[in-house]
Amino acid sequence: MKSMSELSGLYAIWYRELKVFIRERSRIVSSIVSPLMWLVVFGSGLGSTITSVSGVGYQTFIYPGIIVMSLLFSSIFYGVYVVWDRKIDFLKEVLVAPLSRTTIFFGKAIGGTTDALIESLILIAMAPLFGVQFTLVTFLLSLLIIFVLTMGIVSIGLIIGSLLSSPEGFGLISSFVTFPIFFLSGALFPITSALPQWLADVVKFNPVFYGVDLLRGVTLGIPTSVSPALDFAIIVAFAAVLIALGTLAFKKMKL
Amino acid sequence: MYVIETRKLTKRFDKLTAVDSLNLKINDGEIFGLLGPNGAGKTTTLSMLSTLLKPSSGTALVNRHDIVSEPSDVRKSIGFVFQDPSSDDTLTGRENLYLHALMYGVKGSEINPKIDEVLKLVDLQDRQREFVKNYSGGMRRRLELARGLLHEPKVLFLDEPTLGLDPQTREYLWAYIKKLSREKDVTIIITTHYMEEAERLCDRVAIIDLGKIVVLGTPDALKKKVGGDIITLKIASPNLQAVRRLGCVRKAMVKGDMLQLTLDNASAHLQAILKVVGKVESVELRSPTLNDVFLHYTGKEIREDSAEGGWAERSMHYGNR
Repeated sequence: MKSMSELSGLYAIWYRELKVFIRERSRIVSSIVSPLMWLVVFGSGLGSTITSVSGVGYQTFIYPGIIVMSLLFSSIFYGVYVVWDRKIDFLKEVLVAPLSRTTIFFGKAIGGTTDALIESLILIAMAPLFGVQFTLVTFLLSLLIIFVLTMGIVSIGLIIGSLLSSPEGFGLISSFVTFPIFFLSGALFPITSALPQWLADVVKFNPVFYGVDLLRGVTLGIPTSVSPALDFAIIVAFAAVLIALGTLAFKKMKL
Repeated sequence: MYVIETRKLTKRFDKLTAVDSLNLKINDGEIFGLLGPNGAGKTTTLSMLSTLLKPSSGTALVNRHDIVSEPSDVRKSIGFVFQDPSSDDTLTGRENLYLHALMYGVKGSEINPKIDEVLKLVDLQDRQREFVKNYSGGMRRRLELARGLLHEPKVLFLDEPTLGLDPQTREYLWAYIKKLSREKDVTIIITTHYMEEAERLCDRVAIIDLGKIVVLGTPDALKKKVGGDIITLKIASPNLQAVRRLGCVRKAMVKGDMLQLTLDNASAHLQAILKVVGKVESVELRSPTLNDVFLHYTGKEIREDSAEGGWAERSMHYGNR
């Protein structure tokens, strides 16, 4: 009985996030336009000076990286809606409901992950334009990787959101987190050959690097830096730890 | 059996004691008012009773559940209409209600009939499919009243339900609140700093100041405690001695160029007073209000104009996500 109402509460929070996401078309459009700019302008511009990376064209090479980039930016930014909910006092309505904080966190996290999956699907639909062909298997594997990775990244955004009360503060702190993760993820260039050793060492501690590595291996069929199994194990562990921390942050969250 | 019983309920913030050993018993089915100026501890009390804030010491039973040890059961027993709007304005009115029903575990088959019922109660059927951002302040309050009732709570908390609304909308809301109380088996607890609201709506009123109950009773009983009628005179230099010698005045208070007299059967003595008091600029005779009760017990007035940023005003600021 109790778990039933928690489940319908989880559905409620997810349902709201999806409704709002679908209604705010500008959010979908902007989340698609910026990766397309990277792919088209950066990919073809810089790509014209590079013959091939790991045996594929530059634009094709960065395609999986740009998918990860788009979900990284939109998923961390998603945490700002916790700050907004606090501002418009909707958070009170949620917190006074007979739901556990764990349920509230999961509802939010799955909501944000759904948003990111929708964005990724739009980018995946455009894959042929960038010289990438999906099979049913690589498509499903990609979705799985995106799902796991996004659950972890969304949790980062939600943790930051649960701690802050101003959207401006959120913007500042989230960009501090987002840009290093992005630049050191290998999304735009192969880390191993391009970076000085000490930076390449730092990259090894960036969980998103393994997500990019694995997604690139799956979508382009090129060899991964570490074994695919290790890549996957790392992003699963990353997501699990961040989800645990996020649940804790929501339990501690004050109005 | 009481629906709410507080036992030395206390909340301290650093040095400030917002609620000070509050002992309160609220009966099943009544409309109970917490009346006091801003900062008296009304909202803090409601926040503790609804488990949003933990008390520093003491506790309370809400629908027989302890707010400290059984917060989840308490939350199932209550509905809350907050001082500030708390619906999502990117959703429609109906969608907001649907979300609420899900969060409170209303059974699937009952959700739609329940939503229809509460929408009818606040006359919002015609506007239910519009976005909440297009609602007026009064409509939004009504929606939130409906939302607070959707899961059939034992207790409904209304925190300053008409703050920032125009007088006409306020009248409407009062009518709705009375209707809810009549038609539903629910105890309503209202906080307000509007005297008129407390007088018109509440079966019983507790006047609180500085986190403590000053006096508690029905509005009529409280006014009787002040006793008699009130004559307010605008006068530069009143002859107080002469007035006192008449022997009919129970209490005389001077405030600037205003003289306030409390006495029984004022109309019979008015002539005599005016004869001796001196040169009067204006006279007002009236029965006591709750404001006089408050003045009588605390020596100060509840200032209605000192409300913090009005409800409607804030809803405009945070209108968009």
